[in-house]
Amino acid sequence: MCLAIPARIEELTTPGNAIVNLGGVRKEISLALVDDAAVGEYVIVHVGYALQKLDQEEAERTLQLFAEMGQLDELREELTGGAA
Amino acid sequence: MKYVDEFRDGDLAKNIAANIAGEAHAGRAYRLMEFCGGHTHAISRYGLADLLPPNVRMIHGPGCPVCVLPIGRIDQAIRLAREQDVILCTYADTVRVPASANLSLMRAKAGGADVRMIYSTQDALKIARDNPQREVVFLAIGFETTTPPTAVAIRQAAAEGLKNFSILCDHVLTPAAMHAILAVEGGVALDGFVGPAHVSTVIGSKPYEPFADDYHKPVVIAGFEPLDVMQAILMLVRQVNDGRAAVENEFTRAVTREGNLKAQELVAEVFELRDAFEWRGLGSVPHSALKLRPQFAAFDAEQKFKVDYVAVPDNKACECAAILRGQKRPQECKIFGTVCTPENPVGSCMVSSEGACAAHYSYGRFRETA
Repeated sequence: MCLAIPARIEELTTPGNAIVNLGGVRKEISLALVDDAAVGEYVIVHVGYALQKLDQEEAERTLQLFAEMGQLDELREELTGGAA
Repeated sequence: MKYVDEFRDGDLAKNIAANIAGEAHAGRAYRLMEFCGGHTHAISRYGLADLLPPNVRMIHGPGCPVCVLPIGRIDQAIRLAREQDVILCTYADTVRVPASANLSLMRAKAGGADVRMIYSTQDALKIARDNPQREVVFLAIGFETTTPPTAVAIRQAAAEGLKNFSILCDHVLTPAAMHAILAVEGGVALDGFVGPAHVSTVIGSKPYEPFADDYHKPVVIAGFEPLDVMQAILMLVRQVNDGRAAVENEFTRAVTREGNLKAQELVAEVFELRDAFEWRGLGSVPHSALKLRPQFAAFDAEQKFKVDYVAVPDNKACECAAILRGQKRPQECKIFGTVCTPENPVGSCMVSSEGACAAHYSYGRFRETA
């Protein structure tokens, strides 16, 4: 029951509610726990509530970190003749 | 799907795995506990344990709300539904948890009790509004993620003057359970924690600092996607190698040090600490759960219907308690996969897909024999 995923806000409905897109499924959720969530932003949805906004810049930065790690590995492999 | 699929890249996972294998010292063991059931699920589902060297072992912690709820708490809900004729609303995972007398909420429902599965506390409020002549009780379980939605519902019910709505409050606290695990004498030998993802979006990373400062256990908060978990394991291995114990945050895209202050304020307004709460597997843990503040007593089903909690021992053959404490693995339980299966769970760890036994049954059990 802790499984929650990021979903994009597609439409603000009645005050404090929004329609999000959960992998193609549109669902109305409550925004009572987050401030100033806007259309186009991602929120982490759990039991029908947005728990927190997802920081897209931080998400990109984390992905970048994974990618850089890959490049470092390739570099290391080159340096050590593939033994890394 | 945006910000989900990118964190499931298999090649990148292998890359991080290679780093873990390269950096973990062959001569020592790394015993890392993933506290949260969401991580247990991810580790089993994506076969992450197979990507780790043999000396890096993941130990499943007690962070599945369904798994840690003792039988007596489900009994309370069943008594309300059967004897007091209330509409009992609950999250879907809870309905199959075995209770006393061979019952579960699902079996009580089959026997005529009005038990309804809901997705959100908003659904429970709607049922109460639509059925003014009936009493509606929400079985409120879960860690710090599900508590703010319950607080919102209580505030709404109070504002609307909804008289036929109340909750059986079984909300529990993550840091208290982590203290309980570390404080156990002769307990689990642990080198660090993979800290919860969504709990931390609410409470932030700050509450874990005592585990690093006082117990000298590294904590790395991680998201629930496979790359998040692998990266957190690498970060923990590095801390252990350096002899460091700090709180680090892999899940910066959703977790800050302070957490969601709005949610925390709502919870503080509606709830206060219980002196003690009984957990399955951990026993009675002081200040580990919440109850409604006195001004919201009208919404407390325990007071409204006078249903006291009665402790009930677990099934003798079931090893859920030791598994929740990280002392045994699911496959070490005699009834695992034979008497106890996801279709017919004996213990709570087999019920939710986030339970250690259910996760191992669904994704890992054939690995052992291969």
